[in-house]
Amino acid sequence: MTEHVLQVEGLRKAFGGHVAVDDVSFSLRPGGSLAIVGESGSGKTTTARMLAGLERPDAGRIRVAGRDRSDAARGRAGRLARAREIQMVFQDPYLSLDPRVTVARCVEEPLRLHLGAGAREGRARRDELLARVGLGEREAAALPRQLSGGQRQRVALARALATAPKVLVLDEATTALDVSVQAQILELLAEIRRDTGVGYLFVTHDLALVRHVADDVLVLYEGRVVESGPTVEVLSAPRHPYTRLLLHSVPRRGWDPARIAADRRALATALREGPASSGAPHPNTNPPTRSVSP
Amino acid sequence: MTVLPLRRHRPSTPARLLGGDRLVTAALAVLAVPAVAAVCAPLIAPYAPDAVDLSATLSGAGAEHLLGADQSGRDVLSRLIHGARTGLLGPLLVVVVSTVAGTLLGVAAAWLGGAFDALLSRAMDLVFSFPALLLAILLVAVSGPGLTAPVLAMSVAYAPYVGRLARSAALQEKTRPYIQAYRVQGWSGWAICLWHLVPNIAPLVLAQSVTNFGYALMDLAALSFLGFGVQPPTADWGAMVNEGAAALLQGAMLPALAPGAAIVITVVAFGIVGEALADRVARRER
Repeated sequence: MTEHVLQVEGLRKAFGGHVAVDDVSFSLRPGGSLAIVGESGSGKTTTARMLAGLERPDAGRIRVAGRDRSDAARGRAGRLARAREIQMVFQDPYLSLDPRVTVARCVEEPLRLHLGAGAREGRARRDELLARVGLGEREAAALPRQLSGGQRQRVALARALATAPKVLVLDEATTALDVSVQAQILELLAEIRRDTGVGYLFVTHDLALVRHVADDVLVLYEGRVVESGPTVEVLSAPRHPYTRLLLHSVPRRGWDPARIAADRRALATALREGPASSGAPHPNTNPPTRSVSP
Repeated sequence: MTVLPLRRHRPSTPARLLGGDRLVTAALAVLAVPAVAAVCAPLIAPYAPDAVDLSATLSGAGAEHLLGADQSGRDVLSRLIHGARTGLLGPLLVVVVSTVAGTLLGVAAAWLGGAFDALLSRAMDLVFSFPALLLAILLVAVSGPGLTAPVLAMSVAYAPYVGRLARSAALQEKTRPYIQAYRVQGWSGWAICLWHLVPNIAPLVLAQSVTNFGYALMDLAALSFLGFGVQPPTADWGAMVNEGAAALLQGAMLPALAPGAAIVITVVAFGIVGEALADRVARRER
């Protein structure tokens, strides 16, 4: 099973009495691209945070490149090893960069920590990374507040790539950007994946985005996987009512918010009564095998 | 590639840094006076602080003694200028010690959380509930009068003010994605707090510390006034008010009034500058 760069089994996380993520399993092949889709509160961000080590799972296993990463990293070596496997790009480019640190230093810091690179070597690698994401010397000397949202997200991307991770978690990484900038960043992401073979895990609510960037998709609803499989199949022929609802919720011609609200209520009632009456446990889901639950 | 014009920084003077307000500029100018007096006291004071001129005892303002002389015939202006040394050094030590200790405790409580946070927060509440002056008097009773005991006691008493502020600021900062990005990069908690979290909350903490400077000055002067701080014959504003109090009955205002005015003006100026700093930090946050 080491062919998968990232393998997640039975992940679960509860905050107080609320179960945010419940029995989530999926895997990502090297250089693959998986999207975790769901609305706010579906547990997708909590899942991303557990992968990045920012949150500890209550149960379940996270394996990265064959090594177990379920527990909090212990010691410097553990922290660094984990950082070289998974990196994360955050949603809000206005908050994810240290306001006091210039772009150049922002990218140099992880290089210094991980490569112990000499000053010259570090600078060369930094310039390479900045060029990779399309930033020049002018931006390198700037502080984050002097940059636009798109430029900031490029900096965050360069910073995440500095440790040459095997998996990059993108938590709504393009949501805060306007559409044209979003397209540029997505183009850049596709290019980087082709060149470096890094695997992407998109966490998003944007189905249009999923269609463009993800090979496989995982639909989360109230912390559970309700549908998963190749993007094309899931989006063209959704089997689960929640996936259909998500697809219908995208504004377009003839779009009726009232109708969707009604659908949503029906879905909530059906799901609440469904598992209780049948009493059947959720079958495990594993992309790319197509499966639906409940 | 997108190219945007980058804003360049204008050279910043202290006054502009504080928002370019006229009141703030005035307050800074006022604060410069005791600061300069403290640094070059022997150069600018017309007399030595302990020089006695018995013929001038309790004389009012005049050409020979600009602010008159006290009941022992010592020049009030010279004592005022020399008094700025202990008057500013005491609060400076208090502010430095309480800022460092408070920031350390506050950030540690916020970062580690859980039982450690609960313990530290309750300990800070405990110190809060204890009047600073009483703490200082207790300490003086144990270790004898002088500058050390009051400064130590005030440092302990002021640390929770800084600590509480640093804790709440650090708690907010800790959840920011940039701090989490450092964690994902593999930095240790120590490195993140020391190099990134503390510098980012520093302006807020420093604004509070500048305000604290004024309060500490007032508290230390009160202690000297009560006879628990700097001992006579050393020139000190609080002690001068005490010594001059008896002269008030004999109609000589200046020996007590001049140091009193110096204390009030300095404390108010520190308050204005501290508030301007805090305003500026708040504006930048938004």
